[in-house]
Amino acid sequence: MEATEANLKALMIAALDGDSAAYRVLLEMLQTRLQLFFQRRLSRELDAVDDLVQETMLAIHTRRGTYDRSLMFTAWSFAIARYKLVDHFRRNGRKPTMSLDEAGFLFVNDESASVDARHDIDRAIGRLPAATQALIRDIKLRELSISEVAKARGASEAAVRVALHRAMKKLGSQFKGNRVEK
Amino acid sequence: MKSDFLQTLSMDLGPVSRWFVARRLLVGISGGVVISAVLMLLLLGVRPDVWRMVGAGVFWLKQAYALAFTVIAGLSAERLARPSGDGRRWIIWLLVPFVFVLGVASLQLANVAPDSRVPMLMGQSASLCPWQVLFFAIPPLVGLVWAMRGLAPTRLREAGAVIGLAAGGAGAFIYALHCTEDAVPFLAAWYTVGILTCALLGWAVGPLLLRWR
Repeated sequence: MEATEANLKALMIAALDGDSAAYRVLLEMLQTRLQLFFQRRLSRELDAVDDLVQETMLAIHTRRGTYDRSLMFTAWSFAIARYKLVDHFRRNGRKPTMSLDEAGFLFVNDESASVDARHDIDRAIGRLPAATQALIRDIKLRELSISEVAKARGASEAAVRVALHRAMKKLGSQFKGNRVEK
Repeated sequence: MKSDFLQTLSMDLGPVSRWFVARRLLVGISGGVVISAVLMLLLLGVRPDVWRMVGAGVFWLKQAYALAFTVIAGLSAERLARPSGDGRRWIIWLLVPFVFVLGVASLQLANVAPDSRVPMLMGQSASLCPWQVLFFAIPPLVGLVWAMRGLAPTRLREAGAVIGLAAGGAGAFIYALHCTEDAVPFLAAWYTVGILTCALLGWAVGPLLLRWR
């Protein structure tokens, strides 16, 4: 950590004196650090990460005159990244700290997430064999009891239970597959 | 990310002066002070007895008091214009001129008859003075806002308050060239109120006006 600070700081000071090769190295080191910084804080909107990395690097570049050699370089660049992150939240109507007003926003967000999830489940169920589909819909979505389903199909409760267990396992594996695809 | 972006940034890299921040703040406030000075000369004029007063201590005390705010708050602004810069290191020094002027004012008040203390404090223009100071502080404040927006403050309220203090000092400096109130209690009270009002204004508009992209 301290070695990084000393490294980056030396590169920055060289860059401020006009050394463009040192500056190029510095920018590359910064780029990976900034990517990590934003990825960690924007896990729900990863598509915004690249833009923010680029914006932050541009700000670091155009405002590099505000770096003072007595400041820690990591603190200085981190403060710019944090400013850009807060600015991003602000522009999207969200603040990093939560207030009462924002509780409403959270609910809206959660609701849309659960609607999304329902669509995903419907799609996944659609890929199962027809008999299994009906089984899952009856029990998990319409919330019929196992004995009701067994009676309706003329099967034993144990058989329904086993079939259901297998169906849920299959469904679960689909979601795992989905996540890897993404 | 495309490496031509990095290429573009590192191309034609010129050296950057260590005085980049200070110079920009100085340009901003100077432009404002020139405008304020012209406005003062056109609207009010320099006090008629100025040539007699340049030999008087109180004339210089007023100018120095105003200037102290500009210099100390300016040094603080120089730190707050930088990401992760800490302005508190300097701002505490404002206590020195303030306590000094407050002390002189108290001595003056203690040395006059009790029933002339209130007239001494209020002078002829107590209700006007803070507003005049604020009026002549606006151009320097605008100049400093311009300067700050080209730098990189990350604590926008603090930065706004500090450039408000610096601009308030500059406005007080200009107005003091016109104002004929020469009692130190008047200076301690009404000039200070004018300068602090400007700081409050800066504090209020900081998050709105100092945001940079």
